[in-house]
Amino acid sequence: MELWFLLSLPLIGSLVLALVGARKLAPEINVAFSLATFLAGAALTRRVMVQGPLLLGHEQFFVDPFNVFLVALTAFVGWTTAMFSRPYMRVEETHGRVNSRRLRLYHSMYQLFMFTMLLALLTNNLGLLWVAMEAATLTTVLLVSLYRTAASIEAAWKYFILCGVGIAQALFGTILLYLAAEKVLGAEGSTALLWTHLNAVKGQLEPTVLALAFVFLLVGYGTKVGLAPLHNWLPDAHAEGPTPISAVLSGLLLNVALYAVVRCKILVEGATHSGLAGNLMMGFGLLSVLLAAFFLWRQRDIKRLFGYSSIEHMGIVTFAFGMGGPVANFAALLHMTVHSLTKSAIFFAVGHACQKAGTQVMDDIRGLIVISPTVGWGLMIGTLAILGMPPFGVFTSEFLIITTAMREQPWATPILLLALGVAFAAIFRRVQSMVFGETQLAPLPHPPALVPVFAHLALVLVLGVFIPPALANWYRLAAALIG
Amino acid sequence: MPVLPWSSQLIHLGAALLLLTSFAMLSQRRVLSLVNLFALQGLVLSFSTAAVAYSSGQPHLYVSAGLSLLLKVILLPWILHRLIRRLNVHFDSEPLLNIPTTMLVGILLVVFSFALSQPIAELSTSVARSTLGIALAVVMLSFLMMITRRKAVTQVIGFLAMENGLFFAAMSATHGMPMVVELGVALDVLVGTMILGVFFFQIREQFDSLDLKHLEKLKEE
Repeated sequence: MELWFLLSLPLIGSLVLALVGARKLAPEINVAFSLATFLAGAALTRRVMVQGPLLLGHEQFFVDPFNVFLVALTAFVGWTTAMFSRPYMRVEETHGRVNSRRLRLYHSMYQLFMFTMLLALLTNNLGLLWVAMEAATLTTVLLVSLYRTAASIEAAWKYFILCGVGIAQALFGTILLYLAAEKVLGAEGSTALLWTHLNAVKGQLEPTVLALAFVFLLVGYGTKVGLAPLHNWLPDAHAEGPTPISAVLSGLLLNVALYAVVRCKILVEGATHSGLAGNLMMGFGLLSVLLAAFFLWRQRDIKRLFGYSSIEHMGIVTFAFGMGGPVANFAALLHMTVHSLTKSAIFFAVGHACQKAGTQVMDDIRGLIVISPTVGWGLMIGTLAILGMPPFGVFTSEFLIITTAMREQPWATPILLLALGVAFAAIFRRVQSMVFGETQLAPLPHPPALVPVFAHLALVLVLGVFIPPALANWYRLAAALIG
Repeated sequence: MPVLPWSSQLIHLGAALLLLTSFAMLSQRRVLSLVNLFALQGLVLSFSTAAVAYSSGQPHLYVSAGLSLLLKVILLPWILHRLIRRLNVHFDSEPLLNIPTTMLVGILLVVFSFALSQPIAELSTSVARSTLGIALAVVMLSFLMMITRRKAVTQVIGFLAMENGLFFAAMSATHGMPMVVELGVALDVLVGTMILGVFFFQIREQFDSLDLKHLEKLKEE
């Protein structure tokens, strides 16, 4: 029941918002639907925590601790981003960057995007997972080009073509997976793409086909995760689209794409009995961390800077999942959560800061703390959190990942530490000069929404100091599932 | 060598024609002819699907054949024709590689695809398994076309041709994916093409041309 609410609410929301258009209430309706989706997600989470994994709708939908935690996170950040987007998009309209027709598109697509992500997370069918991932790209392409500037159109085109080609590789991987599955499960009744069925027989799947399939799946979904060297679309799309979209791309879409990779990894690892899948993920992960850390130095645009930071963090999570084992998986899941919360909070603060400054160029943003202490402190605290300062949650997860790496893959530890150090210096030096110092910025026509920023950061702080036993238990269950 | 039943021969003929249209697309610079070739490829694809359906006795494949006939022979070419007329793009600018070189690279890609798909094809039980190499080659050739062309419209046709190759791969390896997945993929392709149509107008409005050389500003400095 909760599941149907969860999936139908954003879909209805997108229809309603398409009909309502750009009336005054559209942002409020967007928030209301997002809140309702979050409540449905919370109800579903509660049910899974009480009853254990669920199979619904003729086995087409599957909920276990692994995906339900991402569902709750997605719905929560979806809701807070909708709250942030309410004043943000009003200011953009006042500044004349969007007109009412585009706002209609924006709100409607926002809900549709939430729907595609929830569908990707909840479906048990690996083919539908692909369809939902592609649909998630399609819904966001027009959002990235919302401002119709030359740069935003270029970013959206790059996003579409790169992710389109990437995800075509994933479809080929899915076909290969189906080929292997069909020999074991039979094509009749089309159960051969259902993850639960595949997971039950993963030991019998043909290892060579699955190994090849995983390469295609990793490259395909990895493009959407933003793994280097397939990350080119990510900084552009983050920098040129509206800031609420940057927040959900970074905080949610990357997680969902990584979820797809991990689901496939579970199957492949079960079939090949070798470290191939894990090694590939560790390699791509480390390369992303390292490359992103050095690219951070060359950024001048603040949203690009944090786009590269997302590549770095996704690299860390991919590396941790690649290592495998209960501790690394636990840390990876925790890192997904805290990165998602912190990064979206940073984008909220950055969005307001850019609106105040009228630019995204970091050299032109100065003294945020003077003009608006809340935005300034929000950005500063968020940055400290994302850079892995204790006592925030990012520190906990990175600490766990690095200590596990020392034990299991000692060669990787210096690379990780180097990259984290380089990233720290690159980001901190920039943010410090933006937050403090003299200013000439103007106040905003609408009061900014800072509740989401501090709510997210407070959650990250709580996760760093004390993980509630229920949540820890839940992560542990999910980590055990991933293996 | 044993004589194959005529339906398998038909499938092989279809596969060969598919590869041929891919090469023809690679060498074609007129955008309208490119769309016609794409429609032809869709037609061949739809007939091969029907042939596989007949020889394997899988009724749901007839539905996929009808679906690809509707989508890839009628609907998408119609949308593309309209777009090209309204945008007035007829010739692609000079490709990044000249055409003979592209063809040579294409031949190498075909050899590579056959080598890659050999071990997988042996595992498949489908009647059309020997054509998996061709399917992969079509994907690779479309990929090559996307890399070497500069006009937005040609890149999109390359993208759609790649989807044709994937569809053929699904069919030759496994008799097609489950229906719900196939419908979903078809929907994504259709919506994607329509979004791109909107996009062409945005690009044109902004840059007065559909040449992608204008879209190379966002770089790391």
